[in-house]
Amino acid sequence: MSMIFEITLVAIVVAVACALPGVFLVLRGTTMVSDAITHTVLLGIVLAFFITQDLNSPLLMIGATLVGVATVWAIEALQQTKLLSNDAAIGIVFPLFFSLAIILITRFAGNVHLDEDAVLMGELAFSPFRRFLFLGMDLGPRALWTMLVILFINSLFILLFYKELKITTFDAGFAAALGFSPVLIHYGLMTIVSLTAVGAYDSVGSILVVGFMVGPPLAAYLLTNKLHVMIALTVLMAFINSIIGVQLAFYFDTTIAGMIAVVTGITTLVIFVVSPKKGLIKASVNRRKEQKKMDDRLKQISKV
Amino acid sequence: MFDQISLLLNDYTFQIVALGTGFLGLLSGVVGTYATLRKESLLGDALSHAALPGIGIGFILIQRKELSVLLLGALVSGLIATVIIQTMSKKTVVKLDSALSLILSSFFGLGLVILTSIQNNPNAQQAGLSNFIFGQASAMLLSDVQLIGVVGVVLLALVGLFWKEFKVFTFDPMFGQTLGFSGKIIESLMSTMIVVTIILGLESVGVILISALLIGPSVAARQWTDRLSIVIVLAAVVGFVSGVTGTFISSMGARIPTGPSIVVVVSSFVFFSLFFSPKRGIIAKHYAYKKRQKVFMKHIQSLEE
Amino acid sequence: MEHKKAIAINHLTVAYDAKPVLWDISCGFNEGHLTAIIGPNGAGKSTLIKSMLSFIQPITGTIDFTVSGEQKVPYKKVKNKIAYVPQNTTVDWDFPATVLDVVLMGRYGHLGWLKRPGKKDKDVAKQMLLKVGLPTFASRQISQLSGGQRQRVFLARALAQEADIYIMDEPLSGVDMKTERIIMKLLKRLVKKGKTVIVVHHDLQTVEEYFDNVVFINQEVIAQGPIQTAFTKENIDKTYHQDRNLGEGEG
Repeated sequence: MSMIFEITLVAIVVAVACALPGVFLVLRGTTMVSDAITHTVLLGIVLAFFITQDLNSPLLMIGATLVGVATVWAIEALQQTKLLSNDAAIGIVFPLFFSLAIILITRFAGNVHLDEDAVLMGELAFSPFRRFLFLGMDLGPRALWTMLVILFINSLFILLFYKELKITTFDAGFAAALGFSPVLIHYGLMTIVSLTAVGAYDSVGSILVVGFMVGPPLAAYLLTNKLHVMIALTVLMAFINSIIGVQLAFYFDTTIAGMIAVVTGITTLVIFVVSPKKGLIKASVNRRKEQKKMDDRLKQISKV
Repeated sequence: MFDQISLLLNDYTFQIVALGTGFLGLLSGVVGTYATLRKESLLGDALSHAALPGIGIGFILIQRKELSVLLLGALVSGLIATVIIQTMSKKTVVKLDSALSLILSSFFGLGLVILTSIQNNPNAQQAGLSNFIFGQASAMLLSDVQLIGVVGVVLLALVGLFWKEFKVFTFDPMFGQTLGFSGKIIESLMSTMIVVTIILGLESVGVILISALLIGPSVAARQWTDRLSIVIVLAAVVGFVSGVTGTFISSMGARIPTGPSIVVVVSSFVFFSLFFSPKRGIIAKHYAYKKRQKVFMKHIQSLEE
Repeated sequence: MEHKKAIAINHLTVAYDAKPVLWDISCGFNEGHLTAIIGPNGAGKSTLIKSMLSFIQPITGTIDFTVSGEQKVPYKKVKNKIAYVPQNTTVDWDFPATVLDVVLMGRYGHLGWLKRPGKKDKDVAKQMLLKVGLPTFASRQISQLSGGQRQRVFLARALAQEADIYIMDEPLSGVDMKTERIIMKLLKRLVKKGKTVIVVHHDLQTVEEYFDNVVFINQEVIAQGPIQTAFTKENIDKTYHQDRNLGEGEG
């Protein structure tokens, strides 16, 4: 396998793994909470790293995921005090966790590859250098395997709880009445969001992950009204964005994750403008049509 | 240790920088109070991230680290981002928070792409550009502090001048409109003040964390009083103290960026206030609840007897 | 007998996103009268009020105001003669403001740009608080009020505007009996002084007791006039038991 092929492969798996839970974040309107999570798992990674001293330990992944879930809990606990508004609660919690993580990194962990740059953009370009060796066999980049496992977990979660996710997203009160706990599903979703953010941290850093989670589902949401079609389109968009992004990054010799985030932004905005169902152009054309219909009616009235 | 502290406090550079971040904190406290009350705190977060590509492009255009040009670039890209976010959330079915997250990360990604390419083209001037990400107050020059001072005084004067208009439009914009004031003028004035404050803070606090300095002081101040005027004064004090203390901590320890250290100080104020405020604090409420419960139980017992 | 119209609405059509909400509305509100606007949910009552206050630009039609000294002028010219009481769910009640602060806001219109409220304005505000039965609440934070008290604070704010026309969006919804009595007493007193009061109302039971004029609305004006003649079972049925599909094909 050539290096660029391996990098593209990792990028695709990361993008798809991030985009899958993103479908429900976009539909529920909780993407800013996931933005908070992607920032705060960094604190979990740093703290767990101090204990395990190994960035690839599964223990580190579990610890960091727990911190992500704790973030959601902390935000909700603050919101429940009613002492501050909901968005201020998000805006208080994640900068604090994130700041603590940055201070710990700059103070103590300067010697490993945990540094400020890695926090920002990860190092997709380096992923081929960290191999996954099993019984002496080289099975490809380690990040590929980590993210494949996470992709599998995410797909499994959505497959198993498809009905529950759908109903709690659509109408939480009704779901609760039917006996599906919206809280349980909510925390389940937040757990896989955290896990994904932890896994993707290596490749895309902690700030760009949210773009990977929101962009493709948002584009898909603008194209269809059916949930299963939306999921399929989401995967497709994640695919396209990461392939174009990797190519452009190599061409301009710049950060791969950053470039994929830019491409994601551009494709989503283009779809936002031209989408035949819910796009900006369609909306203004519709408005003009209705306007004309009404003007005709008005003319009739004034004649009478 | 004490020698080190007194040395630092007497250091001219530190005094300049601390004054700059202190005043910045004060300003964020005042302006941030309006942002928080208008529920615009997360918009501030998206806006500051979106400023990064502007800084990069500003540098490419003049090939120098001229703060005013970089901040102008930041302002332009921040405004473009705001327009896109508003269009997405108002004109179509896209929810505000989806638009925020998408624009936040893709603009930030663009900023990283631009900064990386600048770093790949050797130019002695580019050192320190990445300080804009987490903020490095020690990079502040006297002229930067003067810029903050001048713009700050203008903003504070506006708050004083339009006190009554800002108040009514923050509380009940529809009602303000019926009184004959132009909502467009007042609201764009308030938004511009928030944007300008964010831009001013980019160098010392950084694009990622500046929004916390906007939210924190006012949330802390709100817990101690029910009057807007006192909230604003307290928020200014909390912001000032956080700015100075954060800079102090960052200057003491090697390699601690200023942004995170200021955020930790602000957050301590917030959590202290949330817990210990005598009137609405979590602890006070808990005891009031217990007390009421006791009285209630006694009442029930006396009824049973 | 033809009354002088404080507000005259002619052929008003309003649409949100090209969907008609109000269709060819023509009605008037008599000066010195207490008029109820009545109609089911989604009938466009609030939209009508918002159009009168120029929050919404209509597609066609005119709204003219006649107040002391001004004949048939647009809203802009008489803004300060018109007081508006919004539904009390629309503001953040945890806002750091006292009851007196909120009532004082009613004076802002008279002050104009930049000027601060003085002692005279504070006196007016306190007087209005006394009128709504909350004289001791001046320095309370607004979140400590009950729903009815909040509504009365809003009414006091409108009274502090010392306007000629009072426009209110459901001031009686979800308030206690005491508040309802106080509000109605004050509104009747305003009318006696020659002021015009317009109220969006939802409780059909109390219409006859409280108001002297009524406008039935369900996207169109169904009926209007004095209570004695217009508040009939037929008109109520027409307003509430109708599926209306306006602006789409032939009605």
